[in-house]
Amino acid sequence: MNTPKELLYSKSHEWISFDGDTAKVGLTDFAQNALGGLVFVNLPEVGDEVEKGKTCADVESVKAVSDVYCPVSGEIVAINEELLDQPELINQSPYEAWLFEVGSISDKEELLDAAAYEAFCAEEE
Amino acid sequence: MELKTPLYDCHVACGGKIVPFAGYLLPVQYGTGVIEEHMAVRTKAGLFDVSHMGEVIYKGKDALANLNHLLTNDFTNMYDGQVRYSVMCYEDGGVVDDLIVYRITAESYLIVVNASNRHKDVAWMQEHLFGECTIEDISDHVAQLALQGPNAKAILEKLTSAEEIPAKYYSFVRQGKVGGFDCLISQTGYTGEHGYELYLSNENAPKLWNLLLETGKPEGLIPCGLGARDTLRLEAGMPLYGHEMDETINPLETGLGFGVKMGKEAFIGKKGIEAKGALTRKRVGLKVTGRGIIREHADVYADGKKVGQTTSGTHCPYLGHPVAMALLDIAYTEPGTQVEAEVRGRRIAAEVVKLPFYKRA
Repeated sequence: MNTPKELLYSKSHEWISFDGDTAKVGLTDFAQNALGGLVFVNLPEVGDEVEKGKTCADVESVKAVSDVYCPVSGEIVAINEELLDQPELINQSPYEAWLFEVGSISDKEELLDAAAYEAFCAEEE
Repeated sequence: MELKTPLYDCHVACGGKIVPFAGYLLPVQYGTGVIEEHMAVRTKAGLFDVSHMGEVIYKGKDALANLNHLLTNDFTNMYDGQVRYSVMCYEDGGVVDDLIVYRITAESYLIVVNASNRHKDVAWMQEHLFGECTIEDISDHVAQLALQGPNAKAILEKLTSAEEIPAKYYSFVRQGKVGGFDCLISQTGYTGEHGYELYLSNENAPKLWNLLLETGKPEGLIPCGLGARDTLRLEAGMPLYGHEMDETINPLETGLGFGVKMGKEAFIGKKGIEAKGALTRKRVGLKVTGRGIIREHADVYADGKKVGQTTSGTHCPYLGHPVAMALLDIAYTEPGTQVEAEVRGRRIAAEVVKLPFYKRA
């Protein structure tokens, strides 16, 4: 399992990368592997208010649909439109295939660093 | 507790993700994933463990009369080595199960039923048995492999003599040998692709599984799980018990009229089907034109009202778009009809299309 050190992680298997006032959110390698080949992604819209711990997107594999939870509260400032046509990018390179970017961040979940997240996944398996 | 098929250890060795299904522990997919497995069957070949299926033998002078009374199809004009699809109905026309019948001889038949319905089916069969006829549930002693895909024949030819490979769709060779193992070889399947199903002893099953995978490697053969089995049958527009038919849906509503011979003498369910009169709803194919996947149990709307519900749905890896099957009010079943399905609080557009979605060239 690939878990980059520079990122933070949620217990619902999103990664988050803070960059100044905004943060990009994606799905972890563990998540994409558990979901299998993704065939659809539904993303929020720019300007949507999001709340930490609440669902704001979903991804679908052949087998099932899974919610994506937002690790922070704020406002969507960008979405990765490339994923709408190529959801498989999440499977191919989960840490490049960010789903959405949040600005005006007012609150965040308790997040794990890479080592803690790996330990958490090991327990889940 | 779930049972293991004789191939359980093979699935684990192949990297199968094991899930409980119909009382058995079976692989939903292997390391390659559902999409790869699906594509292998459409373009090369795939190997499935379907040992969970139920097998029942009908034997005796009145075996044929029993089947013609119990089942909706007509088995009178079959030849030895022929296979025929049928539905088994309740008196009211609801479906007990769908199944296939193998004529071994005029007085001996093999019936293959859905794993999840096996015990219910056998009880129903026992209850309606008459005359000089016995039935035997041999499910626990029989393993079944499905070798499916355009390269299936080339793989089988390496392990079997030409005359032991059934030449026609829905025919079988009773005493064949594959790689030296005794098998009943039938040209049947549940993928919409050319292929074979091999019935053999539990003891030989793991050996043949490994031999087939090894032999079929150059032809691109890979093991496939329940996930691909479902997407393949859905893409091919094939109904599944518990989805497109059940005790509340009659076979004509499912579009199985070809296997319901209303012209033959009395059979269980005939009166019930007749009493219903003209169809008020029918199974259709839906091609999703909006964004997202419509899965089972989604309400379907048209003209501002609910007109039915989906029974199955998924993304079709080969066709490259999602499809669903649905039972809709008869007024909305013409191909080209525009509908919407409600999925997680949102409406997804779809169009009624002819079944099957996929038909092999």
